[in-house]
Amino acid sequence: MESPSPTTVTNGSAPHAGAPTDPTAHITVRDLTMAYGSLVVMRNLNFIVTRGEVFVIMGGSGCGKSTLLRHLIGLNEPATGEIWYGTENFTRADPAHRQAMVQRFGVLYQSGALFSSMTLAENVGLPLQEYTDLDAAEIREVASLKLALVGLKGFEDYYPSQISGGMQKRAGLARAMALDPEVLFFDEPSAGLDPISSRLLDDLILELRNSLGATIVVVTHELASIFAIATTCVFLDVETRTMTALGPPQELLRSGGANVRRFLSRGEANGAEGRPHG
Amino acid sequence: MVSVASGARSPDRAGAVSGPAEASAARSQDGVLVVRLAGRWHLKDGVPSTVPIEKELTGEPPRCVSFDAVAVCGWDTSIITFLTRLISLCGARGIETDRSGLPEGIQRLIALAEAVPERQGARQAAAAPSWLARIGLAVLNLREPVRDALAFVGQITLCIGKLLRGRARYRREDLLLLIQQAGGDAIGIVTLISFLVGTILAFVGAVQLEQFGAAIYVADLVGIAMVRDMGAMMTAIVMAGRTGAAYAAQLGTMKVTQEVDALTTMGMSPLEFLVLPRMIALCLMMPLLCLYADFLGIVGGMVVGGGMLRIAPLVYYNETAQAVHLIDVAGGVFKAAVYGLLVAVSGCLRGMQCGSSASAVGDATTAAVVTSIVLIITACGLFSVIFYVLGI
Repeated sequence: MESPSPTTVTNGSAPHAGAPTDPTAHITVRDLTMAYGSLVVMRNLNFIVTRGEVFVIMGGSGCGKSTLLRHLIGLNEPATGEIWYGTENFTRADPAHRQAMVQRFGVLYQSGALFSSMTLAENVGLPLQEYTDLDAAEIREVASLKLALVGLKGFEDYYPSQISGGMQKRAGLARAMALDPEVLFFDEPSAGLDPISSRLLDDLILELRNSLGATIVVVTHELASIFAIATTCVFLDVETRTMTALGPPQELLRSGGANVRRFLSRGEANGAEGRPHG
Repeated sequence: MVSVASGARSPDRAGAVSGPAEASAARSQDGVLVVRLAGRWHLKDGVPSTVPIEKELTGEPPRCVSFDAVAVCGWDTSIITFLTRLISLCGARGIETDRSGLPEGIQRLIALAEAVPERQGARQAAAAPSWLARIGLAVLNLREPVRDALAFVGQITLCIGKLLRGRARYRREDLLLLIQQAGGDAIGIVTLISFLVGTILAFVGAVQLEQFGAAIYVADLVGIAMVRDMGAMMTAIVMAGRTGAAYAAQLGTMKVTQEVDALTTMGMSPLEFLVLPRMIALCLMMPLLCLYADFLGIVGGMVVGGGMLRIAPLVYYNETAQAVHLIDVAGGVFKAAVYGLLVAVSGCLRGMQCGSSASAVGDATTAAVVTSIVLIITACGLFSVIFYVLGI
């Protein structure tokens, strides 16, 4: 990397030991290498997600964005490296501890991933039914409230197949928020949405961050979303198979490496003179 | 001068200009080979062969190849295919090509096709390994599925342990629905199949036994065969095709739509939540369906006995009651419960192993039915040996 700016990440990893000491660090990723069998997807990922920020994982198609998300939520195991939540080691946690940690996550999957055999209210109510002592009427009330928060009041008894893709995503978000999670993960929230729905979802994400105070991790390649919501971005470079930039999007557009500037300016010019967004 | 043409010349077309695709090559004095293209180039008429022009290239190689496309009156991908083939032939022989004689659209398309060089390693290895290597690879590829299947069985066992200690988490509503699907909803098809199996057994037996004047023993044959084996096995095979396949398709689709992931990240075990209720439902319903099938098989035999052999129903009933013992019925019901477990486990295993595409769901469903039927027949054979040794 020719740019000496602070946003450029070096791959030489510093030696780490023990729990993260920074109290504002919510998610700490250390020396993470992700691989499918012998095929390395990404290596040497090191970053910290601060409590209450909107952290965007960006990169070209097929670079391993979603794979990184799957590692963060424990669906895939790291080849090497560790993931910490606060001062708890997620990677080395025993199954019971990990299950307890996972309950503090909310995940919105790309397609919503609603359970097709359940109504929206049952979908949202499922985590409540499992993890709280609320009775059926209270669960229904909370589920209605969560659905109202995402603009789906009155759709409690619809099945996922009866509503549109954008509504399914919002219902998925209501379910992800059911237990008031500390971290919300979004996998490609704008995929398959029209520009207006996508914008509304972005606004909703920001609103949730502000009102719930949750940390938000978003995987996306949608430039408009990145500039609208991100406080910090990490750029996964498909060519070098590692992260090449970390920082606020505007700053990366101004002074990041050539690859990230090209990405953030839709491949126009060499980035710096690319159109500023918003 | 050589020329090639494709397609039949249609007489109603006006003149040679709008005729079929034609390509001819002629040498000019300064070592330039001019390829003349003419007619209507359409994919549906095929792509003319480049072989005759290739001959011109190999004999005494020309300095340069140029094109004359004035007489081309219509073209599509066929002319591009022809030209790229020709150009790559020239390229391989180090002959230059001058494309200025081609229409602009064709020039641009060829340039576009050549713009990005082939990515190294993108082409899949086409060479097929020898049959010995294929056998070896197939065996090596077995390792992972076998390990997965063993791991799955182990996890299932742990789940059952949790269930017995009353700590398994699943939705009671789901279980009830699954019981209905695996039980009541299957009555129709089980009725049909087991009744027909009973009549078939009776027919086969009647033809043979009548020769000895022992027609009454049809009742013994049908009764014992249905109760000991056929009732359980036919029900199991019906359930494998019906419910086992449905389980694989349901779980496979849930994997494709990330519903299984969603459960996991809610901290709920998909095995407890999805697989366990399905296993319970089938293990509970199979013995009941088996009893029902036994009964209907005997009724089927009775109908044939009455219609063909003139055995009165009461006589038939008495003969059956004498031949069939409670231990036979219990053995059949026990087998049915085991088959139910096998069908549920293979359906769920294949569903959970499903890849992430629509065709993977189809493969999972097929594999589930095949696995269940293989397991059912194998288990049936084992049971026969064990029951024989135990003297049941």
